Amino acid sequence: MWKWLHPYAKPEKSYQLAGKLLPWFVVATVITFVVGLVWGLLFAPADYQQGDSFRIIYIHVPAAMMAMAAYSTMAIAAFIALVWQIRLAEMNIAAIAPVGAVFTFIALVTGAAWGKPMWGAWWVWDARLTSELILLFVYLGIIALYNAFSDKVLAGRAASILTLVGVINLPIIHYSVVWWNTLHQGATLMKFDKPSMAPEMLWPLIIMIIGFATFLGALSLLRFRNEILARESHRPWVSALVTEKLEGGK
Amino acid sequence: MAFDSFADFFAMGGYGFYVWLSYGLTFLALGILIVNSITKKNKILKNVEQRLAREQRIKKAKDMEGTL
Repeated sequence: MWKWLHPYAKPEKSYQLAGKLLPWFVVATVITFVVGLVWGLLFAPADYQQGDSFRIIYIHVPAAMMAMAAYSTMAIAAFIALVWQIRLAEMNIAAIAPVGAVFTFIALVTGAAWGKPMWGAWWVWDARLTSELILLFVYLGIIALYNAFSDKVLAGRAASILTLVGVINLPIIHYSVVWWNTLHQGATLMKFDKPSMAPEMLWPLIIMIIGFATFLGALSLLRFRNEILARESHRPWVSALVTEKLEGGK
Repeated sequence: MAFDSFADFFAMGGYGFYVWLSYGLTFLALGILIVNSITKKNKILKNVEQRLAREQRIKKAKDMEGTL
């Protein structure tokens, strides 16, 4: 029943599939970003406590959520790579890690710029902020480790193991606002209750979350294709691709 | 619309600096990531192109050796 999946274990097929999917993700990202940002920045009403500073939420929360979603995806790929030795899963980790790192950086920076006017400090060593900073270091560690080996088989295995070790950080980030006393506010969306947010503020947020998700998808596909090309650069199909491109250009 | 004028919009109710700092750094970071991802592909293809050209030159030189 699942046999149709088999050809996609071949890098060439995966490369083509990623290329077919990529434009759809790009279009979805552009649309959601435009709609979400215009709605969030221009039309959503100001918060009764935080005024217009709350508009940072429309990038802060999506970036933070998708940074964790990206890591979860990498963890699944790492498990597949280690158990079934599928090279494409390793390339997947290498492709997503930089995107996740950038999202984590965005979550931290926008959080700091939001914390300054609201809490009076750019940074506090509190559980949520510290665990998020650790996530950034884990991401950088995975990227550095993968690039440290010229033997990519070894690099893939090492990065997979580090990815799985770092999973312990995900529940810590999520529950940090529950387990510890923290300045950071509790969950607004990801809880077993109705979201505690007015719908006219919530809708643009949901759109931006979708936008960051499709951005993550688009950049992951783009970098996944790069990763395949780099690791398969000595294969005939890549040579054929290059000569075809050269002849097409002439 | 939550704002009356352009100036109002840029001021963000007094939080302009923090809001635009956040959005500015976000799009800078995303932009760098996009540019990096696209140029990386061109670099990889260029490398393959150079290797193929080198292989052709070597092959040509070898063929020439045989004729002399």
